Amino acid sequence: MYRRSFLKGLLWFISARIFSRNGVTRAIASTNPDTTATTHANGKSIIKGYDPTRHRYAMGIDVDKCIGCNRCVEACTVENDVPPEPFFTRTWVERYVIKKDKSVHVENISNGSDGPKERLEEADILRSFFVPKLCNQCENPPCVQVCPVGATFSTEDGVVLIDSERCIGCGYCIQACPYGARYLHPKTRTADKCTFCYHRIVKGMLPACVEVCPTGARVFGDLKNRASRLVRFERMNKIHVLKPHLNTHPKVYYADLDGEVR
Amino acid sequence: MFERIPEQIRRLAIVFVIVIGGTVVLRYFVLPPSLFETRLHRESTIQREVAKQVKFAGTTVCGGCHEDTATVKRKGFHKNLSCESCHGPAAMHTEDPMTVKPFAPRKRKFCPLCHEYDPSRPTGFPQINVTIHNPLKPCITCHNPHHPEPPTVPRECSACHAGIARTKAVSHHALIACTTCHRASRKHKVSPRRVKPTKPDTREFCGKCHREGSKRKDAPKIDLSTHGERYLCWECHYPHMPGVA
Repeated sequence: MYRRSFLKGLLWFISARIFSRNGVTRAIASTNPDTTATTHANGKSIIKGYDPTRHRYAMGIDVDKCIGCNRCVEACTVENDVPPEPFFTRTWVERYVIKKDKSVHVENISNGSDGPKERLEEADILRSFFVPKLCNQCENPPCVQVCPVGATFSTEDGVVLIDSERCIGCGYCIQACPYGARYLHPKTRTADKCTFCYHRIVKGMLPACVEVCPTGARVFGDLKNRASRLVRFERMNKIHVLKPHLNTHPKVYYADLDGEVR
Repeated sequence: MFERIPEQIRRLAIVFVIVIGGTVVLRYFVLPPSLFETRLHRESTIQREVAKQVKFAGTTVCGGCHEDTATVKRKGFHKNLSCESCHGPAAMHTEDPMTVKPFAPRKRKFCPLCHEYDPSRPTGFPQINVTIHNPLKPCITCHNPHHPEPPTVPRECSACHAGIARTKAVSHHALIACTTCHRASRKHKVSPRRVKPTKPDTREFCGKCHREGSKRKDAPKIDLSTHGERYLCWECHYPHMPGVA
């Protein structure tokens, strides 16, 4: 008796599923909360009035201008709902101190867990500066290569994103990133990192860290636009990237970077 | 011919056909394509990212209503500062200006986040020693944060190069201005490390005062052709404290 009704139900389900296939797909797409985004079957543009193929985003960092005020880190935390614990950050600032005996001391000043800061004797300092760091949005990203489920990918405009609904939280990408830019989100248990504030840049706004930087140490722009501030920044400065030997082709450009920075 | 296949093989074939056919139907007709298609996953990820709420409105929006403050700020040292650097995220305030008010820092501990002395900060960036700079007084009692002005605008080199200035002040060169030997362009004040002041690069430069027969009467004289041979003057004499080496 039960078997008969079960088989009948199964037949109905399968046939209904086949006929309503397209309808269900559309329903899944339309459950998305955003109204500005629309899915096209040809996969051209999914954000209204925005063509990702015409952009290539990158960031420039003027190391000489950074004052280590941590405004960028706080703004990022607010804008992107980064967990409030001080050791989760999408961007952070490092203090480099090169002493007269040529020893290099690096300290993450955005990371409150370091405990009391070591007070360096000023007479010992040969030179010292701050280096802001973030996800380098590599052209050739190691994190994308290692992801076993394909949850992280590069968008057409050059930003590496994470699909938080497919990420299984295995942490391979966190290990693979040579810049230490990723962390495991404690609530969702998925990998998380800087997205260049993707929700802001597609609307033509600046990333939150660039918006609040008081000294203009962070420059954001579009590499495909000759008039963007970033292209000018690239022209006017001697540009370095972090760990160029790893062939990751980072898109965060540092001006006048000290040779000791890793 | 069909009759020659044994009964059990035919039955087995039916089972195979059902299993294979079922798999094909399940894969291509029953399961939704969003389970397989990478493109759909990526599109939904991008849509999720784009749907996130913007919390920092951007400084151009602020000037739309707060025109008077924006004009004042545009002329001061804080002209390149975004409003939200100090006032915090204000996108909610732009949507509902009456009920949601952005943060306004008035306490003394806020300004030193940028302006407290730190040896790692770039030279030339205005910094104070919080413990001795008007203790306990909120910064905004003396400085207008929208148009901050130091009590004296640093025109002198000593504002940044205090160590050299102190040394020079007690040396024989105390009365010689920095600009006698160094030429600093205006850009040096803006980006001190990129645009550097000039330094004398020849023996003849020191010789202008110190060679025999020069017009400077009080300067000690040497014979440039024999004194020090091929060495440059500052390889033995520190110009900011000459006569010691």
